[in-house]
Amino acid sequence: MKQLISVLAASVALAAPAAAQTYAVTNGRVVTNTDAGILENATVIVRDGDIVAVGAGAEIPEDATVIDASGNWVTPGVFAAFSQLGLIEVALEGSTTDDSANESPFSVALDVADGFNPAGTYLATNRMEGVTRAAIFPSTGHNIFAGQGALIDTSGEADSLFQAGSFVYADLSESGAGRAGGSRPAAWAFLEAALADARGYPGRFSGDHEGDALNRYDAAALLPVARGRVPLVMAVNRAADIRRAIRFKADNAPIQLILVGAAEGWMVAEELAAADIPVIVDPLEDLPSSFDALGASLQNAARLQDAGVDVAYSTAPTADGYFNARLVPQHAGNAVANGVPWDEAFRAITLTPAEIYGVGDRYGALAPGYAGDVVVWDGDPLEVMSAPVAVLIDGEPTALESRQTQLRDRYINITDDTPFAYRR
Amino acid sequence: MTLKPSLPALAVCTAAIALAACSSGSDTASSGESGSSGSNSGGSGDIVRINLDPYPSTYTPRPSGTTLIRGATVLDGIGGQIENGDVLIENGRIAAVGTGLEAPDGATVVDGAGRYVTPGIIDIHSHLGAYPSPGVSAHSDGNEATEPVTAEVWVEHSVWPQDPGFEHALAGGVTTLHVLPGSANLFGGRGITLRNVPGRTVQEMKFPDAPYTLKMACGENPSRVYGNRGRSPATDMGNMAGYRASWIEASNYRDSWHEYWEAAENGEDVDPPTQDLELDTLMGVLEGEILVQQHCYRADQMAQIMDMAEEFGYQVTTFHHAVEAYKIPDLLAEHNVCAAVWADWGGFKMEAYDTVRENLAMTHANGACAMIHSDDANGIQRLNQEIAKALADGRRAGLDISEAEAWAWASSRPAQALGIGDETGSLQEGYRADVVLWSGNPFSTYTRADQVWIDGALSYDRRNTDLQPVRDFMLGQPGEGEQ
Repeated sequence: MKQLISVLAASVALAAPAAAQTYAVTNGRVVTNTDAGILENATVIVRDGDIVAVGAGAEIPEDATVIDASGNWVTPGVFAAFSQLGLIEVALEGSTTDDSANESPFSVALDVADGFNPAGTYLATNRMEGVTRAAIFPSTGHNIFAGQGALIDTSGEADSLFQAGSFVYADLSESGAGRAGGSRPAAWAFLEAALADARGYPGRFSGDHEGDALNRYDAAALLPVARGRVPLVMAVNRAADIRRAIRFKADNAPIQLILVGAAEGWMVAEELAAADIPVIVDPLEDLPSSFDALGASLQNAARLQDAGVDVAYSTAPTADGYFNARLVPQHAGNAVANGVPWDEAFRAITLTPAEIYGVGDRYGALAPGYAGDVVVWDGDPLEVMSAPVAVLIDGEPTALESRQTQLRDRYINITDDTPFAYRR
Repeated sequence: MTLKPSLPALAVCTAAIALAACSSGSDTASSGESGSSGSNSGGSGDIVRINLDPYPSTYTPRPSGTTLIRGATVLDGIGGQIENGDVLIENGRIAAVGTGLEAPDGATVVDGAGRYVTPGIIDIHSHLGAYPSPGVSAHSDGNEATEPVTAEVWVEHSVWPQDPGFEHALAGGVTTLHVLPGSANLFGGRGITLRNVPGRTVQEMKFPDAPYTLKMACGENPSRVYGNRGRSPATDMGNMAGYRASWIEASNYRDSWHEYWEAAENGEDVDPPTQDLELDTLMGVLEGEILVQQHCYRADQMAQIMDMAEEFGYQVTTFHHAVEAYKIPDLLAEHNVCAAVWADWGGFKMEAYDTVRENLAMTHANGACAMIHSDDANGIQRLNQEIAKALADGRRAGLDISEAEAWAWASSRPAQALGIGDETGSLQEGYRADVVLWSGNPFSTYTRADQVWIDGALSYDRRNTDLQPVRDFMLGQPGEGEQ
């Protein structure tokens, strides 16, 4: 028996997570991120958590709950490529943050999976804005290595961290040079020595021997990077540092390298494309904020993408990644305003980040076999005035409510006679 | 719905404000103010006066042509919207706004079809020049964090006019900005209102006759900075005690000057008080000549500050950041205090934890004066998008606010809160021709500022690199001329 519910009702009718079932998101403008492109008046069928059909003629199963998306946009969920969701609650209160550990003896061994809190209040606020998946990053502490990152969904469920040990993050930018002792040569020497320690693990650490750069725990954690099984995400901004990173990759096969920052990436776009190194950039980074980024430009994303580089977008550094990862569609919209074709900009916040992290066959597109991460928007998702009206994660509608909407609702009627603390 | 009738009557044009455009014939009510602000014009050559303008503006507008922007959607910044509208600029001023305007002889006619015209954006909270790009240690000039009370510092003495951030803000349609000291201190020092024009000196950028402002800060910042050094203030109550002690001192200082002036004017042989830079600024607030711009996040703290202002007889003009303004719009309206806020930032410290995306729209709709601000060299470039988000969130919460009304959040509201609301911030006849022509609806992510006029001079053109200023610092750098 078909059930017809409005998208708003769908988001409310969720008191308890139901067992996986079938949903039909109908009559929307469907952005597939596949060769099918954008489909008008199309339907997306999600069954038992996964997408099973997409198309204008998709047949609606008898048991499907229908989410009418007439006049709306339907897209894959946004994938935040460079976030810290669930790691920071109040940034200036160290007791509420688990992104970095200056006082720890460890670096590469630090795994954000041990700190991720799916109940953090910004999971809901980001989910409400269409972010369904995210890479979560540690912050650097006492050396260039911040630790190991993970992949999450934003459902807030206990199992929302769906992949740990997804990458290792290292800072080889100006700030990394500072952490390594004061210069770029120091940072690169440390990185090379750390890789040698990892390759020598465990033999090098037998008896009383120590690594040149890393202790045995950190060396063990870096070994999958040295062997090319886990990518190294490296922060660099200056064109010269990007060239150095390209050489590093060539010299250290089979290492996998992903660059983040890349404020001057456009100056070496052709080399990046030739080296097949994906890049995560903030399309809004346009100020010479440091001597690392004197070539920063609003054209960075467009020039990189024109050159054929795989580009994903982040909100950082111009907006944070723990509270406002949700702004990445705005950043993508600005990339469009500065020359990136819409399809490519939207891909840079959905499918491309999923591909960069090796999960592009499950997330970031609306096609059979993909996870049922589906967002229904009340307009063009890259427009600042648009917002989701329904967000499905793994095939289940999620609540579009947060601590922030509760505060809003408590205070919006300022003349209500009920005392504020009794309004819930 | 027009905005004008609901504007809280900001005390920007009273006798208390030393704004040239406001002051003519208006300050007979208080001999104190004339004594304080009278420079050397009192007719008693021997009477010592305090020079209120020792670093005067030398701003000279670039030549304004006569320009008619024709056939655009006009948002006038005070709630009005005109379809197929025209804006005529003459002699640096708005000469007419309407439909079917005739182009005067020799006028440059700009086709505005499909585009929007608005007043230039005004950012009431910027640190450009004081924390310039690149952010190296030598450029950390925004916080005199050596004492909790530094009302004696003036941020104009820190502003580096070569900050490339100014030209990026211009590309975002910002024609006026208010630069503040940072928020480490209870009293951080004087702020300054600038035209967004290139200058070799800060004086060449100063908005003529704009009142001085005083930056004050509530809450976590002062108590953290000084508490960590084992000194006062280390707590919220220490913050309050610190302000109050200073206001008592400032009140005594003001009284001593008034006693001196009165006696001297009566021909008595009296010595003037010893001039004190810190207390000069605080006295300026008590006299109503200097506008208080106060960093404050929490509703309860704003309420304490408003009571303190009553205790000492001064006015808070604007609370900045004010993430909990939505909880107290009634109190803000009652005390005639504005809130300058972000659209959607928070979570970075405890006092920013209760941020809601509807803050601006709710504060506005519930009767208080509200506006956008950036506090950020990147955010200042897209304040149109910030008000778009605030508007969209407000509408989703059921608030009925038009785009025309919302544009006030980026122009006329901050102009009023800076005491320049009768000079700029709206497209009205006689106002400064600070005008932006947008490529489309400025509430869209895809829209860009095509052209920006400041005092009628075309100062930025997105398609003409000859009209894109490049600060000295950027010459010879890889980003020279990049937008």
